[in-house]
Amino acid sequence: MQDLNVSSNTYSDGVIRQFSIMAVVWGVVGMLMGVIIAAQLVWPELNLGLPWTSFGRLRPLHTNAVIFAFGGCTLFATSYFVVQRTCQTKLFMPKLATFTFWAWQLVIVSAAISLPLGFTQGKEYAELEWPIDLLIAVTWVCYAVVFFGTVGTRKVKHIYVANWFFGAFIITVALLHIVNSAAIPAGFMKSYSAYAGVQDAMVQWWYGHNAVGFFLTAGFLGIMYYFVPKQAGRPVYSYSLSIVHFWALIFTYMWAGPHHLHYTALPDWTQSLGMVFSLVLLAPSWGGMINGIMTMSGAWHKLRTDPILRFLIVSLSFYGMSTFEGPMMAIKTVNSLSHYTDWTVGHVHSGALGWVGLVSMGAIYYMIPRLFGQKQMYSIKAIELHFWLATIGIVLYIAALWISGVMEGLMWRAINADGTLTYTFVESVKAKTPYYITRMVGGLLYLSGMSIMLWNVIKTATSGKAAIAAIPAAAAHA
Amino acid sequence: MDINSLRILTTVLSFIVFIGIIVWVWQRRNTSDFKDAANLPFKDE
Repeated sequence: MQDLNVSSNTYSDGVIRQFSIMAVVWGVVGMLMGVIIAAQLVWPELNLGLPWTSFGRLRPLHTNAVIFAFGGCTLFATSYFVVQRTCQTKLFMPKLATFTFWAWQLVIVSAAISLPLGFTQGKEYAELEWPIDLLIAVTWVCYAVVFFGTVGTRKVKHIYVANWFFGAFIITVALLHIVNSAAIPAGFMKSYSAYAGVQDAMVQWWYGHNAVGFFLTAGFLGIMYYFVPKQAGRPVYSYSLSIVHFWALIFTYMWAGPHHLHYTALPDWTQSLGMVFSLVLLAPSWGGMINGIMTMSGAWHKLRTDPILRFLIVSLSFYGMSTFEGPMMAIKTVNSLSHYTDWTVGHVHSGALGWVGLVSMGAIYYMIPRLFGQKQMYSIKAIELHFWLATIGIVLYIAALWISGVMEGLMWRAINADGTLTYTFVESVKAKTPYYITRMVGGLLYLSGMSIMLWNVIKTATSGKAAIAAIPAAAAHA
Repeated sequence: MDINSLRILTTVLSFIVFIGIIVWVWQRRNTSDFKDAANLPFKDE
């Protein structure tokens, strides 16, 4: 564009380049961990008989790497990208933004070292010990300062809806992290939760489900609301719907956590409350999906030629599917069959691989060429190949775990005429072998797609150079 | 005030606020504002 040499008139894109590249790198690492533990479930000897490589330690490494390293870096990159471009201003305190990059990488590396060594708080998705938790809290506050500072210094009148979603994600994750990680330190890398008994469980799943709701949903809806309209070349289908489903999501998500604790020591009324709010959540979730997909109306033909748009739209279909499946599984009677089975794992992955993964990849494919001064990615064919590997991988993965989950749920509850169990537990484990192999193959396909993406991103980045993007003159006030 | 009254009040107020948001969103005079906002991603082209 114009005036490329005036640095005060350009976006702060350096930190976005760093976060986008690392998102892809951590994506490959995290998905590789996933494939390794999927293989361990088929061939347990792959844990090598060592504590550091056992399933119990590598599984949190996998979840932390894909959620907080891959997902986290993607969210940092896209939110910094979107907030500047929709506020028409550069980042507020760009040096602090650079600090968030290095601090977040330090968090990831600390997780990668401490989890295999066995340091854990024992809370799902909140395993990291208190010194790392403190670093996360500091990083997150800096992130909030940069993001809201940028929104506050915007050159346009409105705050675009994507920024509302990113803002909600940042505020809520701060709240969730600080409340759930409250603990009494008992030495370096050892602590005890500040809560006890069923309260501890409830706080944990209030955190856990809202991590899904705000880290893995609100943040990625922010991505959707910018990159789908941009790639489709038309504004979002209904701005009014985006506002209503945003507030509906905010008002309902907080209450859904108890569905993780059906038929436990949690009071019955709390379980029922969680179930009802989970059912209500279908409406705001589908509001977002419909809004994204309807943005395509009149531009459907673009799907035939544009693999990036395909990533974004198929991700919305998976979002719709998993947000239908979720409320259904939150119904207590359904949950009595599905809970503790592979069905849950399949459900999570239809959301994680299908929705979060694909929308992230679409957004990164959109940003990378623009950040490195290229017209398009190095290889469009490779994007196409990545899309099909990922999609087939997801379908194999979730279909296998649906079957194995329902099967083991039915086997566990099967009772003979005299009241004894029909199957021993180990029989249900044995019956799952073919599905575990299928799931591993699905994961392997997904990982190979991601590896192709890494190659494509490196090729694009090295054949271009850091692009300086000018902020358009503020004609917005006119 | 009893803590439960406070809880009830918060819930009822939240619900009223949400209804208020819905009414506000579909008022005709906001249409052009929303159209402007929806076009923000295209301002830099």
